[in-house]
Amino acid sequence: MDSTMRTETNCETPTPPGPPAIEFTGVSAGFGRKPVLRGLDLMVGKGEVFALLGANGAGKTTTINILTTLLRPDSGRVRVSGVDVLEHPDEARRCFAVTGQSAAVDHCLSTAENLMLLARLSGLSRREAKARTVQLAERLSLGSFIDARVGTLSGGMRRRLDLALSLVVPVDVLILDEPTTGLDTRSRRELWAEVSQLSSEGTTVFLTTQYLEEADALADRIGLLHDGRLAGLGTPHELKARVGEDTVAVRDRDGNALAEVPTDGTVRGISAVLGSLDPDYAEAAVTLHRPSLDDVFLSFTSNDEVRPRQKPVG
Amino acid sequence: MTMHPYSPDPRTSRLSTPTPTPSAVTDALRRSRPRGLDVEAVFIGRSLRHAVRDVESLLMSIALPVILMLMFTFVFGGAIDPGGDYVNYVVPGIILTCAGFGASSTALSVANDMTSGFIDRLRTMPVRASAVITGHVAASLAKNLFATAIVIVVAVLIGFRPTATWGEWFAVIALIALYILAITYLFAAIGLAAKSAESANGYGFILLFLPYVSSAFVPVDTMPDWLIWFADNQPVTPIIDALRSLLVGTEMNGSGIAAVAWCTVILAVAVGWAARLFTSRAGRR
Repeated sequence: MDSTMRTETNCETPTPPGPPAIEFTGVSAGFGRKPVLRGLDLMVGKGEVFALLGANGAGKTTTINILTTLLRPDSGRVRVSGVDVLEHPDEARRCFAVTGQSAAVDHCLSTAENLMLLARLSGLSRREAKARTVQLAERLSLGSFIDARVGTLSGGMRRRLDLALSLVVPVDVLILDEPTTGLDTRSRRELWAEVSQLSSEGTTVFLTTQYLEEADALADRIGLLHDGRLAGLGTPHELKARVGEDTVAVRDRDGNALAEVPTDGTVRGISAVLGSLDPDYAEAAVTLHRPSLDDVFLSFTSNDEVRPRQKPVG
Repeated sequence: MTMHPYSPDPRTSRLSTPTPTPSAVTDALRRSRPRGLDVEAVFIGRSLRHAVRDVESLLMSIALPVILMLMFTFVFGGAIDPGGDYVNYVVPGIILTCAGFGASSTALSVANDMTSGFIDRLRTMPVRASAVITGHVAASLAKNLFATAIVIVVAVLIGFRPTATWGEWFAVIALIALYILAITYLFAAIGLAAKSAESANGYGFILLFLPYVSSAFVPVDTMPDWLIWFADNQPVTPIIDALRSLLVGTEMNGSGIAAVAWCTVILAVAVGWAARLFTSRAGRR
């Protein structure tokens, strides 16, 4: 697999001044003999929303655990806001907050008590903690269940609280490990809206996800984790463009593909394609097909060469 | 970044510091390490809330020893000691059984915090995450001393007549507290070691049988020889003997020193084991 060629696109996105928000350099880690990460190199700029995409077991959670000081890698270096997480873990912990896969909230306590607890642990005085709890409850619409025991809340509410807990004290980098796994569509979209809002306010967001749709909706850049390395890196648009071009697809009434012709997507381009079609296809249905992140994912994480979408098939 | 996600609270200088350059950002706004023993205080408060809210477990840790005591005194007591003085003999044993039962719930609490990811979240914050264990242990100590007090009151109501002086009472409370502390820490370590909350409960159960094979309910010399050896050399026997001596004036025979030594050893081992487990179990949910 020609991963080196693909990762070169790192420099296509301009990085803002100052140290990058997150920096992985040659990070390797494994459990026993099984390598999970093999020399991961990755840089996330300040204010960026970065999505790490990968199949189950690709090493997403290991990456997060290393980044959040829970796990020491076998080799390599990791920095958050310029602080080395291996050498100065406590200093690094001041720069980020993490929301893990399972909602790490206290089920015996109420929503407000959970917020108070985390605020106090973040070094706020009782009074500051109270003020912050009120602010966050308003911001994340937790008001309706602020006094309810967390054990009685739905999964979506718990995730929202979990996110609120990560925001108790402002951080440079917000780390979300599969934040919407198991959520229904509405809760998922609400969480996306909150992430977008945070990002627009300047927080760097690093998230892992199995949902391509999620990466597409949120991320400025996407890294595809496969086999312990980055198999692909770029904006959603770049990645899609590398898998194939937009095509005009022509299908008969039964849905069988008659032709698939590449196009630049402009009116002129599409008109030209349509004009050049076989007159027999006059009754056929026409759709414009753009490569989806699914196509990207499948092509980058299969162990074969990337095969661009073929030309006419009919 | 130029704008910050949060409107600063004007009342607090720390949060209202402007953030001019990216490098200074944020130092003022970032999380700070809580001062002194604030973390411990916060966790003790949390665990006490848990203890008070888990009404079922609180009631059980009081009701079970009381029922046990009534049963031993009125059902078996007559057979064991026809003179009707059995209640004076059995109270120390009931107290220890009660403490063991109450402390065992610590394993469950710790295992829950471990598997839910709560402890992992703390580990990603600049706080002494291990203070969460301190919180559980302190709350268990408070809860169990309370339960012990009730057990003693009920015992007095059904005929327990301690002869202890004020000084001896103080020693009784100190020894019970030390035992609860040691065994609670042991259960906390079991909670850390267990793969799930359910198995934490299972392992803990084994420890609860120790008082039965001691001088708690029957004199050790009524047991078969091989069991006498075990009963004489396990930690619960000297603790029971010491408590009994302090409460009703039986022979001490060096059991006091042995009791304190056993408790100290258990506590030291449990603290060491828990500390090791706490470090090695990071991020391994």
